[in-house]
Amino acid sequence: MLRDITIGQYFPGDSVIHKLDPRFKIVITILYIVMLFSGGNYICLAVGAVFTIGAILLSKIPLKMFVKSVKPLFIFLLITAFINLFFMSRGNVLLHWKFIKITDEGVNTSVFMVVRIVLLIMGSSLLTYTTSPITLTDAIERLLSPLRKIKFPVHELAMMMSIALRFIPTLIEETDKIMSAQKARGAEIDTGSFTTRAKNLISILVPLFISAFRRADELATAMECRCYHGGEGRTRLRQLKSAPRDYIALGVTILFLAGVIVLGRLF
Amino acid sequence: MAILETQELTYTYSPGTPFEKTAVDHVSLKIDEGEMVGVMGHTGSGKSTLIQHFNGLLRPTSGKVLLDGRDIWADKDKIRDVRFKVGLVFQYPEYQIFEETVYKDIAFGPRNMGLDEAEIKRRVHETANDIGLSEELLERSPFELSGGQKRRVAIAGVMAMEPRVLILDEPTAGLDPAGRDKILEHIKRYHQRTKNTILIVSHSMEDIASFADKILVMSKAKLFCYEETVKVFARADEISQIGLDVPQITRVFGELKRRGLDFGKEVYTVEYARDLLLRRLKEREVR
Repeated sequence: MLRDITIGQYFPGDSVIHKLDPRFKIVITILYIVMLFSGGNYICLAVGAVFTIGAILLSKIPLKMFVKSVKPLFIFLLITAFINLFFMSRGNVLLHWKFIKITDEGVNTSVFMVVRIVLLIMGSSLLTYTTSPITLTDAIERLLSPLRKIKFPVHELAMMMSIALRFIPTLIEETDKIMSAQKARGAEIDTGSFTTRAKNLISILVPLFISAFRRADELATAMECRCYHGGEGRTRLRQLKSAPRDYIALGVTILFLAGVIVLGRLF
Repeated sequence: MAILETQELTYTYSPGTPFEKTAVDHVSLKIDEGEMVGVMGHTGSGKSTLIQHFNGLLRPTSGKVLLDGRDIWADKDKIRDVRFKVGLVFQYPEYQIFEETVYKDIAFGPRNMGLDEAEIKRRVHETANDIGLSEELLERSPFELSGGQKRRVAIAGVMAMEPRVLILDEPTAGLDPAGRDKILEHIKRYHQRTKNTILIVSHSMEDIASFADKILVMSKAKLFCYEETVKVFARADEISQIGLDVPQITRVFGELKRRGLDFGKEVYTVEYARDLLLRRLKEREVR
């Protein structure tokens, strides 16, 4: 079902992670990604895993949701693992059969890569699970605001992003509704041969496009009615304020990052 | 003979997530062939979820839906046939229109049924006539029609499948009074001609009261009551308590009764009220 898509989904809550300043959360996520990719051995990865699990536990979001976030990328993980497994020629050969050669280093890298990517997905899902899309774009706008000096349309970009994010669930719901309506008229969408399914796609896409344009039009009118004229001189309802806990969280992350770098050198 | 039946039907959205919500909770009911049933309930009472079970768009979390006494989910591959037998018109159905001409859009359902061209043509013309769309509209693009006309095109699209049960979810939502009356009038006429079972979902009792044989009321995911129209209106107080509107005329007569003028009957249409009053006045004259 379309409704089961979790990317970009937000889970309201009031855990420590939810309360963190979104600007810090973005920076922390970036540092987290650097941390995962700077460590070249299992010890570094273990440190990264501890960090991820700790953050997940603090967020109080059911672990199931994180498993769900990895699921859509399962095929991608599988391909990554296979490529590393079969195409790594370094290391001691464990298995040699015709043109297939599996080395211990190959096994090593594929396991390593898969764990690393899973952690990466879980960590970044944590960001979207605990931050509402609107605050997220707000934070991005603030973080990018120095670019305004070079005439980069930061506000416009953020506005477009928040509108796009805002309408993902709406459009999903709309698609769901149109699909149901056409199914009620006997359209074969989940079943039937490839050609009938492709043909029936038209019966969904046309109404979907029409409604998307209609919504865009209505939104533009509504914004115009409220005298929207871009970012110039615009104040905000919710000011982003950093609290001590934000600095603590950032400090902890930097500590972990430093630890990973040091451990990477040592072993 | 019951054409549609549910047994302990329960449906839960997003089970196992923080968004988990039971929309339909152990609902058991029987709908007889040829009946005109009004379905009422507050927003979020579960009525829309309930009706999506009748044609197999949603699969019950637990419980059963029976069509002609057979479980519709007994054979999963046959679910499409259920959709041809139980036609469902969604809310704002004009948003599902996609073809270049009105004719083609109405023919979409019948074509999916695999009917031959002559039969499709017959059905399109017949339903267009039923719903009050003139012949010359059939070759026009549906997108240049008025809102009310578009709505009727969409309803015709489902009617043309000649379903034995026709379910309409708020067919009059967002229309002006003239458009509303027209649609209700045509649905009534369709019912008289075909004698098919019809379910109409509506917020407004005024709409349903005048022609529904029975009324089904949903409240907080549960079946509140499912009885003949007269009996439902006898419980006018309870119904307004769960937040539904009782027809104005019923309220007027309720107040009259409270003040000592009892007609001994539940009044829910203006015509009936007029007859009652005239009769009462005549009795007085005789006296």
